[in-house]
Formats: sequence, C-alpha cells, structure tokens
Amino acid sequence: MAVCISVIAKENYPLYIRSVPTQNELKFHYTVHTSLDVVEEKISAVGKSLGDQRELYLGLLYPTEDYKVYGYVTNSKVKFVIVVDSSNTSLRDNEIRSMFRKLHNSFTDVMCNPFHTPGDTIQSKAFDGIVSGMMVQAG
Amino acid sequence: MESLTLTDYEQKYYSDLFVYCDTDNTKKVASNGRVLDLFRAAQLPSEVVLQITELCGATRLGHFGRSQFYIALKLIAIAQSGLPLRVESLNSVKDLPLPRFVLGKNEAEARHAALYTDTDGLFPASAAAVMPRPPGWVIQNKKGPPASTSLPVHEVVQPLAPSIEPQPEPTSPVVSPHQSPPTSPQSWRKHKRQASGGNADRQPVVAPAGAVWTHFREAQAAGAVPAEGMWPSHSPPPPGQESWVSFTADTPPSSAIPGMHPSSAQESTTIRTVASGATANEMQRQTSGYDDPWKITDEQRQYYINQFKTIQPDLNGFIPGSSAKEFFTKSKLPILELSHIWELSDFDKDGALTLDEFCAAFHLVVARKNGYDLPEKLPESLMPKLIDLDDSAEVPDQAADVGYSGSPVEVTPNKSPSMPSLNQAWPEMNQNSEQWETFSERSSSSQTLTQFDSNIAPADPDTAIVHPVPIRMTPSKIHMQEMELKRTGSDHNHPTSPLLSQPPELSEEASLSTSMFVAGNAVGDGYSSSDSYTSDQEPITRQRSLSGTPLPTQSSAPHTGHRSEAEVVPGGPAALTASTSPQQVPQQPNFADFSQFQAFAATDQPSSLPEDDIHSEPGQVEKPSEGAGPLRTVKSDGQVDERVPATVSSAKCSGSGPLGPPPKPVRRRLKSEDELRPEDEAPGPQKSNIIAAVLATQPSIPRSVGKDKKSIQASIRRNKETNTVLARLNSELQQQLKDLLEERISLEVQLEQLRPFSHL
Repeated sequence: MAVCISVIAKENYPLYIRSVPTQNELKFHYTVHTSLDVVEEKISAVGKSLGDQRELYLGLLYPTEDYKVYGYVTNSKVKFVIVVDSSNTSLRDNEIRSMFRKLHNSFTDVMCNPFHTPGDTIQSKAFDGIVSGMMVQAG
Repeated sequence: MESLTLTDYEQKYYSDLFVYCDTDNTKKVASNGRVLDLFRAAQLPSEVVLQITELCGATRLGHFGRSQFYIALKLIAIAQSGLPLRVESLNSVKDLPLPRFVLGKNEAEARHAALYTDTDGLFPASAAAVMPRPPGWVIQNKKGPPASTSLPVHEVVQPLAPSIEPQPEPTSPVVSPHQSPPTSPQSWRKHKRQASGGNADRQPVVAPAGAVWTHFREAQAAGAVPAEGMWPSHSPPPPGQESWVSFTADTPPSSAIPGMHPSSAQESTTIRTVASGATANEMQRQTSGYDDPWKITDEQRQYYINQFKTIQPDLNGFIPGSSAKEFFTKSKLPILELSHIWELSDFDKDGALTLDEFCAAFHLVVARKNGYDLPEKLPESLMPKLIDLDDSAEVPDQAADVGYSGSPVEVTPNKSPSMPSLNQAWPEMNQNSEQWETFSERSSSSQTLTQFDSNIAPADPDTAIVHPVPIRMTPSKIHMQEMELKRTGSDHNHPTSPLLSQPPELSEEASLSTSMFVAGNAVGDGYSSSDSYTSDQEPITRQRSLSGTPLPTQSSAPHTGHRSEAEVVPGGPAALTASTSPQQVPQQPNFADFSQFQAFAATDQPSSLPEDDIHSEPGQVEKPSEGAGPLRTVKSDGQVDERVPATVSSAKCSGSGPLGPPPKPVRRRLKSEDELRPEDEAPGPQKSNIIAAVLATQPSIPRSVGKDKKSIQASIRRNKETNTVLARLNSELQQQLKDLLEERISLEVQLEQLRPFSHL
C-alpha cells in the first residue's frame, strides 16, 4: 500500500529506503529528504507542549497532489517515513499506524542482531520481507 | 580477468576446494604445496598448468585469490575436457564437468572419480568409501605406490589437519556433525566389504564409527556441495582414518563421537570436502526423502552443547549477542550471512541465544560452511522448543526431534533463574513463572522479561492474571478458568454469585452461555472499571473461541487493541488491574505441577474448581495448570505464539507473552494481552463493533491437545490479523487518550491560574 518506505537514522541519513521500482525512485528520495524538515518541526513542537511522552506516530506530514507522507519517530530519533499514493483513499490512519508499528518491530529485531552495527544500512531479509509486504501489493 | 559465471555445483565445489587450499585463512591462496598438489592431481601436463595459472592471473598477482582460484579450476575442467584453453571459454562452455583431481594411484580412486561424475547413487558408495576407510583398506587398495603415495598425501593432509586445528574451533567441528545419507552407511559397508578383505577385524570397529562418520557427512548433504573429486578423498581419509580408527579402536565409536570432534574436525573438514561434493545429488534426493537435512543429530547436539558451555557454563542461561557474535565470526562466514543466521535462529528476538537457539545457529553455520544455502525460514527441526515437560502429551511432531528434546528438557526446568526480573516483581509468582518459563523460556528472553518488568511489573501485577490463563487443555477447563477469572475480576466490582456456583454444576455449554451472559453484564459495567473489564476479556475471548460469538469479541477487542500498543501503554491499566492481581498472584504458587495438571482432566475440571468464595484461588490453580498442560502440548505452537506476540507487541506487550504460556490458540494470547493492558478510558463502542466483526469472522480455535501444527499456524495467522486490527484500534484509542490528557493539562493550568485568586 505504501509507495515508498524509508528509515532515517538519528543523524538524518538514510538507513534503508525502498520504493516501488516502477516509479521514479529519485523523486521519492527527494520527498523523504524534504519530509525530514517537517519531522524535525513536529518533534520540537511536541516536545515543548507536553514534555513528557511524545507520540511516536507523527501522522500526515504533508500531502502533495500525488501522494501523502507520513512520519514516525522512535525514542532514539530514528525516523520512519512512509509515502503513500494519494489515490489510495482507503488507507485509514490506523492502518498507517499499524504499518509503522510493524516497521518499528522489525527495526527492533534488526537492532537486536549482534551482527548489525547501528548506523549501518539495514540488510536484513526479514526486514525486507516486512517492507515488501507493505509496499504496493496490488501494484 | 573476465567475470566468471559458475553453476551452483561449481560454485560450491570451488569454494570447498578454495577453503581446503586456504590454509592460512587469508582468502588468498599462495602457490603453496596444496594448490600445486591440486593442480598436479588434475593430471594435466605441466605446461597446461602453467598456462592456466597465467591465464587466471595468479602469476600477475603472485598468489591465487578466490577468483583466480576459481578461474583456474574452471580452466582445469576445460582442459580436462579437452577443450582449448581460452579465457572466453570460461563462460561459454556449458555443462562443463567439474574438474577432476585424482591423487590416488589406485584404480579404486579413479573409479570413484568416475562415480563422482556420474553423480548418482553410486557416489555415496564412493563417498562413503573414501571417507571412513580404514587405513588398512587404504593400504590394501593402494597397490601402486601404497606407502609412498599415501605418505606424501598423508603428509599433505597431516599439515592440513594441524593447520585446520588452529582454526577457530567452530569452523572445523562445524563440519563434522552432519547426518549421513541413509544409503551411505550401507554403501560404505558394502564398499568396506569389497575393499577391505583383510580388514575384517577392523570392519566391525570402523563400520559403526564409519556409519557415524558418514552420519556426519550426511548432514552436509542437502547443500549439494559438489564433490571435490577424488583428490581430496584420497588425502584426507588416510590420516583421518588412522587417527579416527585408532580412536575408535580405543573406545566405542558411538561414545567416541563427541570426543572425536576436535580431532575429527580436521578430518571432517577434509573428508567433508570429499564427501560433500559426492553427496550433492543423491544427498538431496536422500535427504528430502529420508530425513530432514536440518536435523541435528545427537552427536552434533552434544558438540553444540559443549560449545555452548565454553561460552556460557549454565546450560539454561543465555549467550549474549556480543559473545555469540565473536563466536560465530570465527567461522569466517560473511557478516551478512551471519546476520541472516542470527535472524533465523534468534527465535524470540531477544538478542541472546538460548541453548536451542545456539544449536540452531551453529547448525546453520555448519551447513553454510558446507555450502548449503541458508533457508529463508528456520526449519522446523531447528526451531527451539518451548517446553519438554512431558513429552507424552507433546504434539506428534516433537517425536521427530528426539535427540533434540533431550537438552531442552534439561534446560527447561532451570530456566527460571534466568528470569530474575520476573521473579523479583512477583515473588509469589515464582512458581508460576517457573511454569511459564518452562514453556515460555525459549520464547521469551530475560531481556524481554526485563523489558516487560520495567514497563509493567511495577504497575501491572495484573499480568499475573494473565499468566494463569494460558493454554487450555480442554474447553471445559478453559471455561472454568474463565469463570474463575471472571469471578476474580468481577469480585472487585460486582460479585456475580450466580456465576460462582454455576460453573461446577453447569455443563460446559451451559456455563459458557452463563459466563457469556455474565461477561455481557461485566462488559456493560466493566468499562468503568478495568478489573472487570479485564476479567471479561478472558471469558469473553474464551467464549468466543468456543462459541465464536461476536459479543465477547467486542469487549476483548478494545483490550487487545490497547494492549498491543506496546510502547505507549500508560501505566493506567496496571493500576487498574493491580487490585485484581494481588488476589490472584498468591494463588499461583498453588498451581503446580504438571502431574497435577494431568490430573486435570476435563471431567475433573468442575470438581477441582473451587466452589468456595475463594474463587480466585481455584482460578489461579486452574489457570496455571492449564498453562502447564498447554505448555506441554503446545510446545512448538506456544513458541510460535510467543514469537508472534513478541513480534506484534514489542517491548511491554511481549512481556505478556513470556509471562503467560503461549496461548495455544489465538484467543489465548488475545486474552493475556488484554488483561495485560486494560485501558481505562472508555473504549469506542463503534470500534468494538468493528473489532467484533473482525473477530467474529474468525473461526473458533480448535483446542485439542494433539492439534495439528497447520491449524496452529493458521490460528497464529488469524491471531496476527486480529492483532493488527486491534493494534489499529489501540492506536486510535491512544490518540483519544492523548487528547484527553492534553485537555486535562490545559484544565489544570487554568486551575492553577485561578487558584491565587481563590486563596487571596
């Protein structure tokens, strides 16, 4: 259902980025990059108001005419960005949340792998499988 | 140097040869004796060999890198086929036979070489023959230059053995323990008979050892490593044989196996290279038809256990990720593959390896070293089993892993010490946690538990309630537990006396309907109180499983939804359930043994249920016992369930998984999770309806003890789907909670502002 899924490290470099290959991947890379600004803004804003626990799910970062970008930040400032097609109107907010949750769980599993050093690009087949499952299945 | 495309067999064959030649483990092979011997064994004219070395670029580099080595091997194959040596022929020649290296001067070897190229059932004979050949036989068959040729080979091999020895231990032993193809021992014996006419005395000694040995070899089978040709076969066996035979002569072969590992490691490495290629084709056929190539034999298992002990003396403890990383890095596999192996073997995803996980990982490393491709999913025989309490009640597929279950059993009971966090949190629950541990230890690591504790323990003793709810043996039992739970929960808010007396009397169905009714009431009232809500979960979910009614699902759904929101779950639920938990926690120690559990036949359920006012106690007793039973029966299922909970609900939620025996069917886990995280905010009824609709579509989970694994997996899938839905609900509710909290904060701020005026 997603068109592009990416994992951004704390230092704002991509750990993992995967798009539906049929489309222009560079465009999605650019979109994800620009969405980082929105993510930063949301993080700082939320921190001021509540101060205690910040919601991990950031929600819709910004919509464009073609697609919508959703964000999710973990407590260690690792960001997940999902780009979905705007034409896919059936996607509810909860579904996006569940996608992020699955991503987060898979990411945690990857981090638990002692052979994976944090900061490396993610090269886990299990993670790839999860992401592929979330990508546009119906094309 | 043009790129080289190799077939699978070639790839494996060449890599084995390279490993064989790579004595320094530097990934490049100098033009040392072994390489030269190898090329000499190809029986090509020396000028051809020189040309090959030149073509592959080794002369330029001064040594054989892996690619040069492979190119050289391919060129050798080309040359042996009589084709002109051209660089472009490297990739253009199709169906090139593997290069043959014949060191042996006897016709037997040549025969074996021929057999090898046939890649047929004959090979096992040759493979078996080459491997466990008693020295006597070797001497006999080497008519030509018996001593002389064997000696140099022997010398060549002997240096190999010591050179291998310094290698990290995991590497060589890795090779040894493998199952042998069923036919190989037979062919081996046959070969022995024909080969060692005068070795009758040795035969009995060697035969069983050889069988074991081939047993080792077999394990490598599935990977279809191309045979190394006869060359390796010739050299390794003599030294291997001698040392091995002498060893076996001293001690019974079977018992010698574990001890053989260190010494046999080297031989196994060489022999493996011999056998592996041979066994490729027929091994595949045999293993697929005969036994699971991923199965760990007893000897292998023993070896793995010994290795485990070197890292972690406590067999029930964990190997932390860092130690495991060092250990497996010694095997010199690429980090990516090791990472994949870790992903496969760390079943509970806790970053640490239990004994079973370690054995699975080790086995995968062994297989990979032998050229087998790593599977995408962990093979069943490698899956860590949760409990081995009572194998009699186990699922049938347990029987396949006889050798496997031995260690889990011993590991199981002692695992509880590894869950200190859990024990600290609920001292009364120690016994219970032990029980859980038995089944859940594999699935849940201390890390998970610790996580769970930090999140839940302080605030949510109610998890104790969850635990008892585990897998139920029979519907009536579960129902009884539900009743107990319901009673327990409802005691806080609205005691349902009719319910108390009813369970023992009512039939299962009747009580179900009653409890459902009660549950319905509780649901209505329970929204305000998490306790009853929690208790409702269980019976509701159970009933749902039993009767599949949508009603229970409604109430259970929100809970599950809440619960699955692992990271954001507030401590609220814990506080709510705290009141119920203390009541139940003390009960748990009552529960006890699996023998007791066994006594809990379905018919005994009602009678065993406490009819007193102390409803919670019996409930506790029931639940833990239920947990114990299902634990036993659902070992693998539970483990999978544990995996699922761990996957779905990270952090805290996963804690509920380990704490409660992996719920056999979907319902169980739902329930435990529900109770784990009851939400105190008013759940959206509309969401409940949605959830109910989703859950209602799911068929009731069969609960028979001997449940089919497929159905378990199906139930797991359903459970996952439900979890997804509930997770969504949870997130929505979380959002509501956030909004409410914000409102509250703003109101408090206003209040603070107004306060000075009121206190003037």
